[in-house]
Amino acid sequence: MSTVLQNLVNQPYKHGFVTDIESDVAPKGLNEDTIRLISTKKNEPEWLLEFRLKAYQKWLTMEEPVWPNVHYPKIDFQAISYYSAPKPKKTLASMDEVDPELLKTFEKLGVPMNERAKLAGVAVDVIFDSVSVATTYKAKLAEVGIIFCSISEAVHQHPDLIKQYLGSVVPVGDNYYAALNSAVFTDGSFCYIPKGVKCPMDLSTYFRINTQESGQFERTLIVAEAGASVSYLEGCTAPKFDTNQLHAAVVELVALDNADIKYSTVQNWYAGDEKGVGGIYNFVTKRGLCKGVSSRISWTQVETGSAITWKYPSCVLRGDNSVGEFYSVALTNHYQQADTGTKMMHIGKNTRSTIVSKGISAGHSNNSYRGLVRIAPSATGARNHSQCDSMLIGDQCGANTFPYIQVSNPGAQVEHEASTSKIGEDQLFYFAQRGIGAEEAISMIINGFCKDVFQQLPMEFAVEATKLLGLKLEGSVG
Amino acid sequence: MIIQDSKTLLEVHGLCATVNGIEILKGMELTVRYGEVHAIMGPNGSGKSTFSKVLAGHPSYQVTDGTVLFGGQNLLDLAPDARARAGVFLGFQYPIEIPGVANSQFLRLAYNTMQAQHGKDELDPLEFDDFVREKMKLLEMNPDFLDRSVNEGFSGGEKKRNEILQMALLAPRLAILDETDSGLDIDALRVVAGGVNQLANKDNAIILVTHYQRLLNYIKPDYVHVMESGRIIKTGGKDLAVELETRGYDWVSAENKAGAVVPA
Repeated sequence: MSTVLQNLVNQPYKHGFVTDIESDVAPKGLNEDTIRLISTKKNEPEWLLEFRLKAYQKWLTMEEPVWPNVHYPKIDFQAISYYSAPKPKKTLASMDEVDPELLKTFEKLGVPMNERAKLAGVAVDVIFDSVSVATTYKAKLAEVGIIFCSISEAVHQHPDLIKQYLGSVVPVGDNYYAALNSAVFTDGSFCYIPKGVKCPMDLSTYFRINTQESGQFERTLIVAEAGASVSYLEGCTAPKFDTNQLHAAVVELVALDNADIKYSTVQNWYAGDEKGVGGIYNFVTKRGLCKGVSSRISWTQVETGSAITWKYPSCVLRGDNSVGEFYSVALTNHYQQADTGTKMMHIGKNTRSTIVSKGISAGHSNNSYRGLVRIAPSATGARNHSQCDSMLIGDQCGANTFPYIQVSNPGAQVEHEASTSKIGEDQLFYFAQRGIGAEEAISMIINGFCKDVFQQLPMEFAVEATKLLGLKLEGSVG
Repeated sequence: MIIQDSKTLLEVHGLCATVNGIEILKGMELTVRYGEVHAIMGPNGSGKSTFSKVLAGHPSYQVTDGTVLFGGQNLLDLAPDARARAGVFLGFQYPIEIPGVANSQFLRLAYNTMQAQHGKDELDPLEFDDFVREKMKLLEMNPDFLDRSVNEGFSGGEKKRNEILQMALLAPRLAILDETDSGLDIDALRVVAGGVNQLANKDNAIILVTHYQRLLNYIKPDYVHVMESGRIIKTGGKDLAVELETRGYDWVSAENKAGAVVPA
């Protein structure tokens, strides 16, 4: 066995603490000691501890937001354990040991065989191919100077970059959940594209072997230097299976002069069962700063999972001529609730933004689009176009649109379009009369509805998203 | 055409059906053999369109009595999509618009579903494109149709051509064309009827549901049935249609009330 492979096989043990399992999990509750513990465990420099403590102090003074159009029992933040080291996960010897339900889902999604094994937690040595693929990718990226590693690793290896950019887009006290994340985040991804470099491949967390386990409080930071460009995919190669109750992630993007960042997400966390029991609360802050002139940040999201989604990937268009884009499909079924949208803050001159949001509600779910377009007095020549479409399946679900438009520059152009449609019995009968069953018919109608967003996804993920929507809507018509 | 000793394709006995609790079909009787073209005529509200929708399994209609055998199989047991796959095709009076779904995509899915049903190879988008363009020539359709959303913004005539195009693709055993002539100008009528005539053969049968005789100038029926109050009250050959055109429906109704024999 090669050394590289051996390291990877043994990889979970490298995280330490395995000799003393008991001390791996912090006691429940949140106070300064917990934060110090996290910082110590992670062997962090003093400045990062200060960052965390400052965030914690802010958080203490803040209130949980109540304005989203979602309803859930109050979260007891003292009942959560904020630190748990990545323990060696139980590895399964073969695919035969994997939960058949999980395999069925993979089958339907058409996830390649070696990926299935990996996602299901089967020992890495049986899937040699994908490991070597990952290693090859890392080497190739390093050649052009791209840094792509876990944020913990970056804190030690590239402290100057982290110091400069961490919290520069989402300040520690930005909002309740961002403050919480800043205080207790355990890991996440860091990506740095040097000046003038076009990243030769789409970056996916999937290829970053050493942090397969996504934490409850993930932190992602992507910096594209002048003229650089990158396409980043999150959770894209397969549905994310996670059982944590609360997710409060923060993602920060920084684009300098002429830089281009494209961030795509396919989110399929556990949504609870068809009665609305269980499921993830997904409270995420994602924001990109178009810091340089003519920079561009594009968010594409396909949100199909989580019991509650509270998420507004935003763009701060500070550089003149910078461009912000938001393409979203949010699907809710059963008792899922989503309050999602974007913010486009136009500050620089001739800044442009595009918003395309497609909300699909089925079952008893509730789906809201909430978006803000703000044109600052300085943003002469700013333009925005928003399009928000909702589709209803059945008559027990809800769809809402809350667009906020604040214009402080008389020369700005802001357009907003909205529509609501419904999949009707007659449409389904028409398909049926041509031999096409209801589920296939719905999937085709939905894909037509979401076309404008799917076009923004890289090819294979568009295919996957298409299948995923079909899967999520299974049984929603009867 | 009437073929000697042809096998029975469709057998309807004593069919009763309701919509929203109102009885529309009241003891419908009809036998259709392979190769035949039947025209069902009758005044508005006589139950012609209901009969077509009931055969296709529209969920708004409830069958309360009677039997329908299709190729010897109980049709009423099958879900609408299974009926379609078994070879029952309904050409809609008002084809449904499906925004966002490209016609080419829809047609290919329908075609491939039928191919799969018959254990035949499915066509990939490129192969299908060649195949469908050939069929479209039959109906003098502009290839632009393929890129547009299904029926969205189509004119009445375009929608009807699209229906017959689907019939050509799916090659059903039984095609029920519900008021296919309505909303068509004379040129479109000629093209659509020409398409239907080319598709009719000894291995299928056609039921034309129509209000007017004019379609029957182009498609010659073997049998003409007159419906009233949810059942067939008179059956004749194609001359009956001409007689209806000149004399209207009232005399048939009067004759029926006077106790004329209702043909089985």
